[in-house]
Amino acid sequence: MLGYLLRRLIYAVPILIGVNLLTFLLFFVVNTPDDMARMHLGVRHASAEGIARWKAERGYDKPTFWNAHAQGAKRFTETIFFEKSVRMFVFDFGRADDGRDIGREIRERMGPSLAVAVPTFVLGLFASITFALLLVFFRATYLDFWGVVSCVAMMSISSLFYIIGGQWLVAKVWALVPISGYAPGLDAARFLVLPVLIGVLAGLGANVRWYRTIFLEEISSDYVRTARAKGLSEFAVLFRHVLRNAMIPILTGTVVLIPMLFMGSLLVESFFGIPGLGSYTIDAINAQDFAVVRAMVFIGSVLYIVGLILTDIAYTLVDPRIRLE
Amino acid sequence: MSFKPVLLWTDTLFFALLLAGVLTVRYVRRHEALSSAWRKVGRSPVGMASATVLLGFLSIAVADSLHFRPQLPAVAEAPADAQPVYAVEVLSVLDVALAKLRTRSEKTYSAPFADRLYVRETVELPEGGQARIYPRLLWGGAHLREPAAEKGADIGQRALGGAALGLVLWLPLPVLLAAGLARKAAQPFVAALRSVVLGKTELAWRAALLTLGAIFLIAGAVAALAPWYHVLGTDKVGQDVLYLALKSVRTALLIGTLTTLIMLPFAVVLGVMAGYLGGWVDDLIQYLYTVLNAIPGVLLIAAAVLMMQGLIDTHPQWFATAAERADARLLALCLILGMTSWTALCRLLRGETLKLREMEYVQAARAFGVRTPAILRRHVLPNVMHIVLIALVMDFSGLVLAEAVLSYIGIGVDPTMISFGTMINLARAELARDPMVWWSLAAAFGFMFVLVLAANLFADVVRDAFDPRRG
Repeated sequence: MLGYLLRRLIYAVPILIGVNLLTFLLFFVVNTPDDMARMHLGVRHASAEGIARWKAERGYDKPTFWNAHAQGAKRFTETIFFEKSVRMFVFDFGRADDGRDIGREIRERMGPSLAVAVPTFVLGLFASITFALLLVFFRATYLDFWGVVSCVAMMSISSLFYIIGGQWLVAKVWALVPISGYAPGLDAARFLVLPVLIGVLAGLGANVRWYRTIFLEEISSDYVRTARAKGLSEFAVLFRHVLRNAMIPILTGTVVLIPMLFMGSLLVESFFGIPGLGSYTIDAINAQDFAVVRAMVFIGSVLYIVGLILTDIAYTLVDPRIRLE
Repeated sequence: MSFKPVLLWTDTLFFALLLAGVLTVRYVRRHEALSSAWRKVGRSPVGMASATVLLGFLSIAVADSLHFRPQLPAVAEAPADAQPVYAVEVLSVLDVALAKLRTRSEKTYSAPFADRLYVRETVELPEGGQARIYPRLLWGGAHLREPAAEKGADIGQRALGGAALGLVLWLPLPVLLAAGLARKAAQPFVAALRSVVLGKTELAWRAALLTLGAIFLIAGAVAALAPWYHVLGTDKVGQDVLYLALKSVRTALLIGTLTTLIMLPFAVVLGVMAGYLGGWVDDLIQYLYTVLNAIPGVLLIAAAVLMMQGLIDTHPQWFATAAERADARLLALCLILGMTSWTALCRLLRGETLKLREMEYVQAARAFGVRTPAILRRHVLPNVMHIVLIALVMDFSGLVLAEAVLSYIGIGVDPTMISFGTMINLARAELARDPMVWWSLAAAFGFMFVLVLAANLFADVVRDAFDPRRG
């Protein structure tokens, strides 16, 4: 098992190198630092000196891949590529365009982000599995039919409208929670209820339908017939046997969601003014701060790979027959 | 008045796609296996109804894709043989059809069917002095003398008249359809009409006709009202919201269709190659899509769009008109969305090809010495096509929704381009206002919901018909 995990970690390295190279090419080769400076300074203020100063302040004045003027190893290390890319592997992200340390910013913003994402994820999973099992329990009845219809309807609503509608109804009309904002510590709960609720609701339609299909496939297996034959109630069959056996496809599906959490909270965080990574990214996109966007891309892909490895471990916990070799 | 046709890049691709669609239909009709699967789609009332709605949206997008630049009126003192001068503004056929909606803009917000502006203004009274009142609109309800008393009856009358006209226009359709069916089946006309009305035709024509009837009724009523009122209100700069919503349809449809068109060759070629050839090709392709997959989609899109935007901003000389620039950006967005979304389909196709490779008929073909390209073309490709089709229709609605979110974040279409995302983005600032300006959001919500719902329902029917596992 340990050997397997180690091998998976080693496999992750070329993928991260690929991600890194891709974003580097996107940001520094297609768009040269000169273009970047011109974009930031505005066309009118972009004098030659202005651009040179802007580049020097941010360390973009070095050669891209190979520094012919330096000596020894510095030929490689005193380049944009080394400073902006290679250092990412030790999670040294450098400074944003406003001069702040990206690494510190990320550490500070991780808390609020997790405070939104984790409850959304857990509650969402719980709610969709429960509803899906209920639909399967009432399968081939009107309840099932209308359940699926409302799932399709819910899937067809843009997440923007869940947020706008929820904010308007709960926070403005009913005035139950603050419209937006964040407080550290336990006070945060007040601000988090609505974003989490909306996050759960927005994903419900698609998830319930997806889990329903998984459960329906599972229900035609032999062990289900055996369980029924031995006189177990339908409820017990569904919630004890089918649920446990459907865990593998569920796990596979949910891990794909881990990087998606990122996208979901991107919107939620910016709407609710939660100072997390999502709103940080949106601000960076609007300010065209490439350093921050690249750092977030890198972190996102690290999370994805960690998620993949976690699924493998979870497989062995759910199904003891699976051994990772 | 003469005009100069303008063919934007996305128009060209869109029409090419339509042509490909027509050719596909001809191809399908000649092949029994394919046409029987499509007949299964046609037999489903939900499938026919949603297809009708989608075709309605498609016709709006087609009308909005026929672009031209109108000729400007000749200057009085110009010589008789002077070259005609064309407007800089690029219009579409839809713009001409909606000329009244497009040109009759108010000063700022007004509610649906309002006759007065939504904000107070200080006006000079005729008897001297000033007053803060809600002034009358320039166009909305301007034909009424006493709006408070006359408006309700006027709206009701016009709506009923329009709906009745829509119904009259719709009535010949069932008759024509029955006549067509009667001729094809060599059946008396009355019997054919009865089976259409009772819903006993092989394909679910009744569902399609009823949907079409509903569309005609609503469109008739709206068309009768729109020249006299702002049916869905006006936005911040006084533009008619109905016009904006109709224009957004093209953007949404283009994003949904062109993106898949762009990603399709990548996904199919790479997926089939990885699965069939194996070895280092497989490793390389798997590496490629794992890397792309590892990046959260929205961030990769953000990164690529920022890069594209930089490129477009630093090379203004590439584009003659603002429409061309916005168009280039739309195409770039489709390209980027395509690049980030081919991986899922590629992986599916790789898996399916791995399975097909071991099938007896493929093994036999190989044993007979059929060359690899021929095997791929003749045996593998036709057998993975159902996966491609299912993926295409399933992706469409997701892309329409993604466009709105991306444009909202500011990495979607050009801000000057009308789309659901830009509509929502503009409306968002007004949510805090009291009383709220709700109609822009409601219009965007309604149009998107109908479009995406129809696409989702259609996709489900197609999947059920083509997925062999579902029988």
